[in-house]
Amino acid sequence: MRNICFYFEIHQPVRLKRYRFFDIGQDHYYYDDFQTEDTIRYLTDNSYLPANQILAEMIRNTNGKFRCAFSISGVALEQLEQYAPEVIDSFKELAKTGSVEFLAETYPHSLASLYDMNEFEKQVKMHADKIESLFGKRPTVFRNSELIYSDKIGEIISKLGYKAILIEEAKQVMGWKSTNYIYSHPTQSKLKLLIRNFKLSDDIAFHFSNNSWHEYPLTSEKFISWITSLPAEDNLINLWMGYEALGVFQRRETGIFDFIKALPYHAMENQINFILPSEAAKKLESAGPINVSYPISWSGTGKDISSWNGNDLQQEALNKLYAVSERVRLCNDKPLQHDWLMLQATDHFRYMNHKDAFGSHYDTAYEAFMNYMNVLADFLERVAAQYPSNIENEELNELLKTILNQEITIEKLETELKKLKTRKAKNQEV
Amino acid sequence: MFGWEFPPHILGGLGTASYGLTRGMSLQPDMHITFVIPKPHGDEDQSFLKIIGACNVPIVWKENNWDYINQRIGFQMNPDEYFRLRNGIKYDFTRIYTNDLGCVDFSGRYPDNLIEEISNYEAVASVLAHQPDFDIIHSHDWLTYPAGVFAKQISGKPLVVHVHATDFDRSRGQVNPTVYGIEKRGLDAADHIITVSNLTRKIVIEKYFQNPKKVTTVHNAVEPLSHVDTFKKTARKEKIVTFLGRITMQKGPEYFVEAASRVLQKTKNVRFVMAGSGDMMQAMIDLVAKRKIADRFHFTGFLKGRQVHEMLAESDVYIMPSVSEPFGISPLEAMQIGTPTIISKQSGCAEILNHAIKTDYWDIDSMADAIFSIVEYPAMHKSLSELGLEEVNNIRWEDAGLKVRSIYDSLIK
Repeated sequence: MRNICFYFEIHQPVRLKRYRFFDIGQDHYYYDDFQTEDTIRYLTDNSYLPANQILAEMIRNTNGKFRCAFSISGVALEQLEQYAPEVIDSFKELAKTGSVEFLAETYPHSLASLYDMNEFEKQVKMHADKIESLFGKRPTVFRNSELIYSDKIGEIISKLGYKAILIEEAKQVMGWKSTNYIYSHPTQSKLKLLIRNFKLSDDIAFHFSNNSWHEYPLTSEKFISWITSLPAEDNLINLWMGYEALGVFQRRETGIFDFIKALPYHAMENQINFILPSEAAKKLESAGPINVSYPISWSGTGKDISSWNGNDLQQEALNKLYAVSERVRLCNDKPLQHDWLMLQATDHFRYMNHKDAFGSHYDTAYEAFMNYMNVLADFLERVAAQYPSNIENEELNELLKTILNQEITIEKLETELKKLKTRKAKNQEV
Repeated sequence: MFGWEFPPHILGGLGTASYGLTRGMSLQPDMHITFVIPKPHGDEDQSFLKIIGACNVPIVWKENNWDYINQRIGFQMNPDEYFRLRNGIKYDFTRIYTNDLGCVDFSGRYPDNLIEEISNYEAVASVLAHQPDFDIIHSHDWLTYPAGVFAKQISGKPLVVHVHATDFDRSRGQVNPTVYGIEKRGLDAADHIITVSNLTRKIVIEKYFQNPKKVTTVHNAVEPLSHVDTFKKTARKEKIVTFLGRITMQKGPEYFVEAASRVLQKTKNVRFVMAGSGDMMQAMIDLVAKRKIADRFHFTGFLKGRQVHEMLAESDVYIMPSVSEPFGISPLEAMQIGTPTIISKQSGCAEILNHAIKTDYWDIDSMADAIFSIVEYPAMHKSLSELGLEEVNNIRWEDAGLKVRSIYDSLIK
């Protein structure tokens, strides 16, 4: 039995406003709310809402046989809650059908998995909490930001209790292996690896409306026939893409919604099932382990992480940012903690790429860097203001613990004192 | 080719560009270039082209013997050539004051009687136009347009006009009608117009009403810098931000001062240098005093030759806030030495540079921001310096020469 596994990603960074160096120390609000709202509204009206509607219809019409997964970053959820709460409601409706699964990821869509494992774990938990509170179910499958993955990341994810992780078809790790099977982690054999079918996914997400493409026009029938013509043993076709593919990258006029809507019929005609990542991990047998010693991602021709940390600008920004991660975790200043998350979104670093600044609203990588660094400079000043920077982290930790312990002891002593006083008063009465 | 300047004796960017372009073109084996300038000094590099001094071309017939000619101008020109050129005199120019050889004494600079020099230069062109051995006439900048036009009328050979600047750039819009007239006539008569940037191309089309089809942009390039290693940056605690060029309205020096005063409000770790001279220098010194930043702001006066590169090498940032710059070769020179540059979007070179910060000339906030970033964030300095160097090394005159060649080919066939 062949299975199609759909998953859609939603992530939008909170846009930084134009932040000049003379704002450093003066202005602690970093975001361009107008642009952020504008983007979210545009995506909501053109993609999220109509696409949700179509998917709900498909699930209804197929009696729940059509199934798909979503991965929505915490940052995106926050923005949706603020600017387009109807999208959240619509996702809640989808969640109720039982045919939809929400995946875990890092809350701010960050690169923490490459720079700070403690931070990474914290963000994964934070995101799972958020998903559970909104949709009522804790995720069991993990997908990292930009599908970044290495053996080390897999190990941590497995220890956090996740059953499967989604990764990219990268030549350097796949070699001759087919993407259309399920694999496993070399040491944590319980952790299953699902691999994105790069070609078929991009055919929908990027080529669909390209009329110079030799396969244009793409119909559901043709698409399904490609899948049926695959070797008989291939049992899992992973079609993963940004949710914007439906309605924005491929606009409504191109017929993308009709294409998606027709897929289940043609699939079922050919005995092809739809499956959720968690079900795939449970049902399908692993075809063997895959080793990934160096991190891979779903970006660029190299499928590596150089899109975000390949040049000096990016490295400088990332190093400066993650140098204070421990310090920030020690603080309990809420706005500071929140800014900390917002500044970690991968997009900020992607904009600093000289060659491939996907989705950037800056003219050049340098502008992106300047703006980000000015914001970061202000942020670092605020972190430094929390605790003196000449104290080492460990020392600070000890001090904080002592203070905390003192508070507890004081509390204890006070209650004791109160007790004694009342007893004394009673005694006197007697 | 008709030009006005040729290294080593140059007064502005025109000479540098003329040299680079001809040198790049000379790499094509079947290209023979004769370059006419008003007054050669005899120490020009003639290894790849032939230089004719207009001051050695007779425009009035005078009888002289070979030995006398040799004694007078032999160090610059073969007397045989003098006699050959003399046969080209077909018009009566006795109204023009000439010396004992029948030649005009050009100053070769930009004197007060510039318009007269331009018309004398035109007379020289008429003599040269009667020589049989050329296929194309190429005029550099407005001073030589009349010469080019006259040569075209006489010989019927195609004329290419090379616009290095227009009067709109020099005057911030307040054009001199005489100059505009000369420019307009030259552009109208040209068979093809080459501009040094799309910015200039736009001006030529919109302000001089030229057919866009006959205007092509060929961006300038930069000669590889010899002895780059001999320029050293002295280690110092403070960073140096430099403005280098004529201190005139066109170069936007006041925006630099304003940006400097913003940066100094935030950090004291920077010194600003304004190198060069010009009619706005006094005003700038006043402005610096008024902004109370004179302790951090320095004027060097006019720099030349090696001093220019030494200054660039010592700088952490080079800035060119020009209000209107047809091309602007100096940012490329700064990048060759590895100095990060900030240029205005109103500069022609902004069209071909990626690893330089571009801001609007009036946007002093953004300019100040860029200065601050380069000075404060090492990665910014490093990237701009390394990638900028790599980029500028790929901008070669040879390629510009090929583009000019294809324009020639389209005119000749």
